[in-house]
Amino acid sequence: MFNYIVRRLLQMVLILFAISAITFFLFWATPANPALLICGKDCNTERIAEVNASYGFDDPLIVQYGRYMSGLVNPGGRELGSEGSQEHCSWPCLDRSLQNGLQVTDSIADAIGPTFWLATGAAVLWLVSGVLLGLLAALRKGKWLDKLSVGLALFGVSFPTLVLGYLLVFVFIVKGGLLPYPDQANSSPSAGLVPFFQFYILPWVTLALVNAALYTRLTRANMIDTMNEDFIRTARAKGLGERQVVFKHGLRAALTPIVTIFGLDLGALLGGAVITERIFSIQGLGKLSIDSVLGNDLPVVMGVVLVAAFFVVFANIVVDVLYAFIDPRVRLS
Amino acid sequence: MTLGATEASPPDGGLPSEHIAETAEAKQIEGRSLGQIAWARLKKDKVALISATLILLIIAIAVLAPLIVKISGFPPDQPNFKDSNGNDLLDTQLGGIPAGGLFGSGMSSEHWLGVEPQNGRDVFARLVYGARASLLVALGGTVVAVVLGTVVGMVAGYFRGWVDALLSRVMDILLSFPTLLFILALTPVIADRAQSTFGIPDNNTLRMGVLIFVLGFFGWAYLARIVRGQTLSIREREFIDAARSLGAGPGYVIFRQILPNLIPTLLVYATLIIPTYITAEAALSFLGVGVKEPTASWGRMISDASNWYEGNPLYLFFPGAMLFITVLAFNLLGDSVRDALDPRAGRS
Repeated sequence: MFNYIVRRLLQMVLILFAISAITFFLFWATPANPALLICGKDCNTERIAEVNASYGFDDPLIVQYGRYMSGLVNPGGRELGSEGSQEHCSWPCLDRSLQNGLQVTDSIADAIGPTFWLATGAAVLWLVSGVLLGLLAALRKGKWLDKLSVGLALFGVSFPTLVLGYLLVFVFIVKGGLLPYPDQANSSPSAGLVPFFQFYILPWVTLALVNAALYTRLTRANMIDTMNEDFIRTARAKGLGERQVVFKHGLRAALTPIVTIFGLDLGALLGGAVITERIFSIQGLGKLSIDSVLGNDLPVVMGVVLVAAFFVVFANIVVDVLYAFIDPRVRLS
Repeated sequence: MTLGATEASPPDGGLPSEHIAETAEAKQIEGRSLGQIAWARLKKDKVALISATLILLIIAIAVLAPLIVKISGFPPDQPNFKDSNGNDLLDTQLGGIPAGGLFGSGMSSEHWLGVEPQNGRDVFARLVYGARASLLVALGGTVVAVVLGTVVGMVAGYFRGWVDALLSRVMDILLSFPTLLFILALTPVIADRAQSTFGIPDNNTLRMGVLIFVLGFFGWAYLARIVRGQTLSIREREFIDAARSLGAGPGYVIFRQILPNLIPTLLVYATLIIPTYITAEAALSFLGVGVKEPTASWGRMISDASNWYEGNPLYLFFPGAMLFITVLAFNLLGDSVRDALDPRAGRS
């Protein structure tokens, strides 16, 4: 088990390394001139040469990549810029923004909070509602409740986040006046629980609907399959009550594949929910990434891609290890 | 997710020759009839019929867009400030919102679904042309993803060994990419590159081409995994051995013998991937890295409408409804195709 985890973590480092190299060389090979972004409006050739020298944009790409990676590999971080504008950047150093000069690590640390609350809240919502609805549908297969939940699921899967988000804003904020307009100050629970929930409830619903629908379908299908298994008949033959058969034997087996998918979905979401954050003006990783992409802010793009990839790969490992605990048939080697 | 009919591979070798001939023949008959059974089931499935009709209708709208717009009278990019009686369409006093018309959006017998604020473009024409961008990108991206995924998956599964190891690692890396983020970041970069290196102007043909390429490129890995798994099991079947012993090369076996057996899987996957690409195109255009002004796309229309919808939600409603209907129709059809092709599927 321990060996397995160590091996997977090493694999993760390799994959992240590959992703960093691909991202770096793809983006830095663009015609966008980073020096032009830094020196701003009143720019001349001398100033550009100065910026190029101090930021090292003149060096060959491979040298620039090496310098970038040194900030991630070296536990002491690295020094940014040259003589005049030197600045220490402690580990893990992701360079600094071309637009505002802030260190990318700090910007990401600020943005991770809102994205974390957004992703986890939505995840809880869709997991609970999806599994519950799927379970009920499976137990009443063919009845009206089943048909209703299957219909709802199809409806939910087809509802683009884009449309749903604006619809909710319009109904609950603009017309209904039931909730206040989003205010960044309420994006963490320290602002008080009521404003916190008021801030996040619509984004949570927006983000959760599509996945809730998918999880309903998945739970229903798995549960129907499981309830036809031999061990369920055995459990019934032993004289167990229906509740025990369903929850202890049926649901447990039906949920194992869902744990896997849940981990992966949550991991992907922690990298930022671009659309939802944009609609509800949440200052999270998604907002940071779209701003950096539209502003050609390559170091920030690079940083956000790496962080998001880290969540995806890490979630993969957690899920695989967790799987071994839930499903006794799985032996990790 | 179980996609398509995964058949267990029968035990390999050791069978008397007449037995091999028999199973091969039985397989052939089954292969033909599976398609026929599926087709018969689809024809009886009302949901499938309705959704297929809807999809054909939307495709027809996209293809015939110039004709439809000719009938309705206003091209999608043309700003309109006066109606045919010479009255102002837009109220310059109120920041250019439509003056009058049904629901305050300038709906009239001339502009069936109203006009946009400020520039007075015809909403109906933009909606019709928007179908083009959505479908073109989604279908193109699907073709790229399916072709890449199928070829790579079959090659990895057929040759095994180091080829498989290498390709599987590539799939692992691609699957770990934060896809949307990467597409977001890469689309403008590739468009820039194409412009500076090859001198292709950064117009919407290029933009759509880049979208198709990027969506397909990041979408093939998942399918490749499924195809690889199926190829691994198909290549152990007797008919493959028979073909090889008669001197068939890898190219022949892969494309003539293995590929036909993968068709059901590919069909199901393709119908389910199209709606996700339609949503993705809308999302990218909404975020400003997809189709550019003045070309219409549903995502762009929603993005534009986000400035006005508090005053008038209709601008959001039309593109939103089109997007929803299209995605729903493809999802329903995908479900029906899967059920029709997989006799064991108890899911709905």
